[in-house]
Amino acid sequence: MPRVVVDVMLKPEILDPQGQAVQRALERLGFDRVTSVRQGKRFEIEIAEIAEPAGTRPGSAETATELARDMAAKLLANTVIEEFTVRIDAAEGAG
Amino acid sequence: MTRIGVVTFPGSLDDRDAARAVRLAGGVPVPLWHRDTDLAGIEAIILPGGFSYGDYLRTGAIARFSPVMETVISAAGRGVPVLGICNGFQILCESHLLPGALTRNNHLHFICRDQRLRIESARTAWTTGYRPGAEIVIPVKNGEGRYVADPDTLARLDGDGLVVARYLEGNPNGSVADIAGITNPAGNVVGLMPHPEHAVDALTGPGTDGLGFFTSVLRGLVRA
Repeated sequence: MPRVVVDVMLKPEILDPQGQAVQRALERLGFDRVTSVRQGKRFEIEIAEIAEPAGTRPGSAETATELARDMAAKLLANTVIEEFTVRIDAAEGAG
Repeated sequence: MTRIGVVTFPGSLDDRDAARAVRLAGGVPVPLWHRDTDLAGIEAIILPGGFSYGDYLRTGAIARFSPVMETVISAAGRGVPVLGICNGFQILCESHLLPGALTRNNHLHFICRDQRLRIESARTAWTTGYRPGAEIVIPVKNGEGRYVADPDTLARLDGDGLVVARYLEGNPNGSVADIAGITNPAGNVVGLMPHPEHAVDALTGPGTDGLGFFTSVLRGLVRA
């Protein structure tokens, strides 16, 4: 069963006041070399194996990645303000 | 009597005030539940403020896929007037009925105050009762009310007269170009961050400046 990780971040041009607040808190704690903090979301999605069209491996990484991309574009990210990356969880990658 | 649907999502807050505003304006408010898909006899729809589905994921993101919204989206496409207030505006943007998005206030605080606005367009279904350029005072209360859109969208909103209202005397959330509300090119769908339904009688609000949104749509529907 592949596990897919979707990371969602605000686009670089979108102001991230939460990230800025975290940066200020880090500075107060003495981490004075922090030059930028951006805050995002991480989704870990487990995908059940399903019957695949002939020629593809059941629950293959490619299929899972494609599914996750679809999920991210439809729901997990708002592409007006956010961008996302999709990858197979390394711990599960060999399975 | 004109029937205006007011949708209640789990977590909606201002559905009762929206229904009351419809009643005070002379219409018949019809409560709709987020699972309803039948809008028979409903001539306009209000998506009220609040925190639908707890604002999980993003404000309005879960509501956008609720059963009632599928029907609202198709009704909006047929020209049915739809007003999204605050969380309702967020839902309209998530639904792509309106462009852009609403993001966390630039100062990170939830803000709640009476706000002066300028009505920029009196050509929408919800603002025909206002004089263009009219200044009104209604409450604003949000944590994620900062409107953003890409430069092309902003140019189009400005060029096509799709900005419905702008903040005056201080931008409460960092919205780009002081935008408080926008409409679609057809003018039937309006999203507004401040709350006209909280300014419909002098006892419970800063005045009655908000009533015009509700009387505007009722007058338009009676004429039609």
